[in-house]
Amino acid sequence: MSRSSAGAWTDPAAAAAELADAAVAGDRRALARLLTAVENRTPLAEAALRRLYPQAGRAHLVGITGPPGSGKSTLVAALIARVREAGRSVAVIAVDPSSPITGGALLGDRVRMQAYAGDGDVFIRSMASRGHAGGLASTSGAAAAVLDAAGFDLILLETVGTGQSEVEVAAAADTTVVVEAPEMGDEVQAIKAGLLEVADLVVVNKGDRPGAQRTASQLRAMLVAVPHVGSSGSDDRPRPKRPEILLTTASTGEGVPELLTGLDAHRAAGREGVTASARLARAEAQVWAILADRLRESLHDEDRRALSRETLAAVADYRLDPYAAADRLLESLARLPR
Amino acid sequence: MTDRPIKVLIAKPGLDGHDRGAKVLARGLRDEGFEVVYTGLRQTPEMVATAALQEDVDVVGLSILSGAHMTLLPKICRLLREQGLDDVLVTAGGIIPDDDIPALREAGVAEVFGPGTTIAEVADYLRGHARARDRV
Repeated sequence: MSRSSAGAWTDPAAAAAELADAAVAGDRRALARLLTAVENRTPLAEAALRRLYPQAGRAHLVGITGPPGSGKSTLVAALIARVREAGRSVAVIAVDPSSPITGGALLGDRVRMQAYAGDGDVFIRSMASRGHAGGLASTSGAAAAVLDAAGFDLILLETVGTGQSEVEVAAAADTTVVVEAPEMGDEVQAIKAGLLEVADLVVVNKGDRPGAQRTASQLRAMLVAVPHVGSSGSDDRPRPKRPEILLTTASTGEGVPELLTGLDAHRAAGREGVTASARLARAEAQVWAILADRLRESLHDEDRRALSRETLAAVADYRLDPYAAADRLLESLARLPR
Repeated sequence: MTDRPIKVLIAKPGLDGHDRGAKVLARGLRDEGFEVVYTGLRQTPEMVATAALQEDVDVVGLSILSGAHMTLLPKICRLLREQGLDDVLVTAGGIIPDDDIPALREAGVAEVFGPGTTIAEVADYLRGHARARDRV
């Protein structure tokens, strides 16, 4: 934590303030180093986030998710081009999975996003998921808040390749785009609960492939045209979204202007309330994640480590049920405050 | 705090299309527990330096088989230094004549791995020489 000669970083709060202020002032190296601290969950990162959070909330956070190979990275690259033509700045957080065995990761999303060296208004950062399930890394939301505070207009959060139920990105983003490839499934796939339900926009990419039109119209029929049953019921019941279905060919840029228009329209609607609930969901997800971390840390601190270990061992041996174990650990938190 | 993954950029500067070696190394380092950012073929020095900066990597590994190493590698080292990335370890691999190695070292390339180097050798070298992880 301390940097002896050059900057004399002995106090994390002072170091955090220096790095955070430099990042906000446009120093890209400071921004990159701050993102590393966020990924590594250092005390400096926490201090910096406390300082930066009040400056965030201006960017449009867009989640891009979908199965592996559906073209998310290529679509992100095509979106960057359109956004830059429109004169807006854009940051990308591209998440790829960490190995559950070695902890290593191959982060390959940059391969599709090459052409922006020397453009200070494009910032691309790869992140390994580091064991976090759900499509993002546990620190992706915090990283997005840093990029938001650093002044980027648009932040694209690209998840790992997802399947049916990795819906976490919807809580992390203002607008969620689910990218599908043609011929990935029939109409029954389209009406299953899960990923497609959280989409604000569904993009059928690889639009030049056979079957792309058909896939788009099947999705449209199942997700948009089906009326909501029982819509006369109480108004506060949660309802599935009715996503817009778009066709793109990311490799040529076909359909990408329409996608950007769709994103902007969703954002504009959000200003009148739609994203308020998305942001509340995000706040809840963030605070719960921190609470869970704090709880885990408390249960591993010196005073409780023995009790935690013994309790878990009792559950493993079927001597204690998991609910009683949780009660016992919660009680220990009340008895031995941090 | 010390067992955080070391982050490595694997890039192929220049115009040769031989990326099998770079991909095998990227995959091998993944299996050795590194976080590897792979940027692929035909990288300009500016693209390599930008990626190294944005990704805040600890190591830049450059694979080059085109013979342009005496032009491209010193330029990448210079761009990294200009961006304040003097603490990033730069290594190279590919087809690089022994006679060129002293000049490359002089330019800032810490180590050159020739044909026949094992992935374990590269991994051990990077673990021993990459900058400390707990800077921030």
